[in-house]
Amino acid sequence: MSNYNSAAIEEFKGGVWVFCEQRQGKMMPTSFELISEGRKLADELGEKLYGLLLGHEIEGIAKELGGYGADGVYVCDHPLLANYTTDGYTKVICDVIQEYKPEVMLIGATNIGRDLGPRCAARLHTGLCADCTHLDIDVPKYKDFLRSASTLAPAMIDSIPEDDRNLKMTRPAFGGHLMATIICPRFRPAMATVRPGVMKKNAFDQAKADACEIIKPNFSLTEDDMETQVVEVVKAAKKLVDLIGADVVVSVGRGISKDVEGGIKLAEELAEVLGGVVGGSRATIDSGWLSADHQVGQTGKTVHPKIYVALGISGAIQHKAGMQDSECIIAVNKNDTAPIFEIADYGICGDLFKVTPMLIEAIKAAKAAK
Amino acid sequence: MKIIVCVKQVPDTSGKVAVNPDGTLNRASMAAITNPDDLNAVEAALTLKEQTGAEVVIVSMGPPPAESMLREVMARGADRAVLVSAREFGGSDTYATSQILAAAINKIGVEDEDIVLCGRQAIDGDTAQVGPQIAEKLHLPQVSYAAEITKEGDTITVKRMLEDGYMTIKVKTPCLITCIKELNAPRYMSVGGIYECYSKPYEIFDYNTLKDDSLIDPTTIGLKGSPTNIFKSFTPPQKGVGMMLEGADKATCDKLAGILAAKHLI
Ligand SMILES: Cc1cc2nc3c(=O)[nH]c(=O)nc-3n(C[C@H](O)[C@H](O)[C@H](O)COP(=O)(O)OP(=O)(O)OC[C@H]3O[C@@H](n4cnc5c(N)ncnc54)[C@H](O)[C@@H]3O)c2cc1C
Ligand SMILES: Cc1cc2nc3c(=O)[nH]c(=O)nc-3n(C[C@H](O)[C@H](O)[C@H](O)COP(=O)(O)OP(=O)(O)OC[C@H]3O[C@@H](n4cnc5c(N)ncnc54)[C@H](O)[C@@H]3O)c2cc1C
Repeated sequence: MSNYNSAAIEEFKGGVWVFCEQRQGKMMPTSFELISEGRKLADELGEKLYGLLLGHEIEGIAKELGGYGADGVYVCDHPLLANYTTDGYTKVICDVIQEYKPEVMLIGATNIGRDLGPRCAARLHTGLCADCTHLDIDVPKYKDFLRSASTLAPAMIDSIPEDDRNLKMTRPAFGGHLMATIICPRFRPAMATVRPGVMKKNAFDQAKADACEIIKPNFSLTEDDMETQVVEVVKAAKKLVDLIGADVVVSVGRGISKDVEGGIKLAEELAEVLGGVVGGSRATIDSGWLSADHQVGQTGKTVHPKIYVALGISGAIQHKAGMQDSECIIAVNKNDTAPIFEIADYGICGDLFKVTPMLIEAIKAAKAAK
Repeated sequence: MKIIVCVKQVPDTSGKVAVNPDGTLNRASMAAITNPDDLNAVEAALTLKEQTGAEVVIVSMGPPPAESMLREVMARGADRAVLVSAREFGGSDTYATSQILAAAINKIGVEDEDIVLCGRQAIDGDTAQVGPQIAEKLHLPQVSYAAEITKEGDTITVKRMLEDGYMTIKVKTPCLITCIKELNAPRYMSVGGIYECYSKPYEIFDYNTLKDDSLIDPTTIGLKGSPTNIFKSFTPPQKGVGMMLEGADKATCDKLAGILAAKHLI
């Protein structure tokens, strides 16, 4: 593709694209979130929205993406794409992008997306914003976002020129202490990886799924392109907790240390009466009390459940980064100056081993009274 | 055989972080530390050195004070260090940073049996992009999120972590691997190491050293050349302080359950 020039930005009229990650033929939930968000951006740009799906024998799962807003899906099917490899996926994605020239390319910031995104951006000679949590095209909408989500002075926000049409990609950095909005003004596509669990999924529309166009682009891939060999793919033996999808998360922290088993059992009981799952701070994962899939926070999962309960968690910034957007935060901590209380809607200062059993009974009673 | 490890000096973001009124970070108020994941990469290199006798070369891009960090890494057992430092390189995004580091690694030289190691992610920029982008520029295969690395001849086997399990990947040298904390427990500096680290080879690559490398495109380095720009940076508002419930007894718990019921949360 010798005539490809990422700086010829006016040539990138191929619409908004979303890399739709699947594993073992199953769509990753973040693909639906990104298609939903991509729909919003495509509408703001007045462009079409396409999914990009790679794998082997995966055409059957493509049309579902239409139900969340995709106008079409580019399906690249090949036996060598059955498992994710950096080499195979990067080659095919970059070849197809060079041919169809999308203006925007979104990728889920999963362990795979964060391997693939930078490799593709480097090959395509364009910028990549990492692990975004908010995206805008229209400046008035971006200003509304800043008014609610930043401490910038109103005059500063008002002074932003309204004609900017770059994708504005907002992300946390420095462990969540700072937010930065990144643009990529000189090259296309504007690329972003997007944090799973953050963007809201649209309601599924069967008629739109039926109408979704399937496109099969030309590409070439041979054994010679593959420099890494996947020997096996192992799924974690235990069923992993679905923190991201949960309505209620009850998390425990180092505060359970005097009786780890008892503390986890109390959290499980509370989660059960509230209809939720158990999570934990990194301290509980590093101590080996809970497995890594339970971790909430900057280096764990971002959750925004209806109710988040923090039992014996101090509220370090890296923990807050993963849960502060929860609708209702309840914290139990024996130290009344614990930072978690700064963001808790309801705080109880006390010993979690005494408070939690009473809370379980009180909630059972309140539910029975309904 | 050589193992080249990319190590970054970062502000310690784990404690209190001060932000200037203009929304930039008050770096002066924070301690400078070695990026945590990079210490796992160093440890992996030192383990491979013990098995194979490989030479361990450390590369860092940053301002001159990073020398103290590089000396520390040599005190842990690395053989030599290169600091990549020039005003022209300042303000680089990951695309630009990886271009410069790739040129520096090129200059050190990547031979058939060599390995380049990075941390997965630096705790300041938090992007996890530099490793894969260096690999692309150097045309090396990459394996990220390594939790186990074993070497047999020219074949490296890596346990690559996924959110829901892992993959076992085989790759031949030369290659680039990014390391996570699960990989190992970094060793400390040894007394002998501290004694020796000041006599080990230490070089600085400045703009002139690298400018003629074919990987360096002067229009895409530094603040001005970086493809990504910061449009705005800001601090998030603190969520309003909520309600502290008085007491920690049954009445308090009943009250909270009542509020949750009234708000239809339960
Ligand atoms: C780069 C980086 C990334 C990180 N990522 C994450 C992340 O993703 N998620 C995360 O959670 N952390 C993360 N951390 C770690 C974070 O900084 C904190 O160390 C961690 O969150 C602390 O966990 P904790 O609150 O459980 O423990 P602690 O800070 O030790 O707090 C324990 C709390 O329990 C209270 N307590 C003790 N006993 C009781 C009792 N009987 N009843 C009630 N309260 C009690 C104490 O008052 C205290 O407030 C990260 C750190 C770094 C440097
Ligand atoms: C608020 C803010 C937001 C930013 N957002 C973006 C963004 O979205 N996209 C973008 O392209 N850039 C972004 N940048 C710029 C980016 O942080 C810098 O380019 C930085 O120098 C490298 O990225 P990182 O810290 O994220 O490193 P990572 O990519 O997270 O680092 C991974 C590994 O690469 C190696 N490495 C990284 N930097 C060096 C170095 N200087 N010397 C030696 N080894 C190194 C280390 O082994 C490290 O563990 C942002 C900067 C700021 C201040």
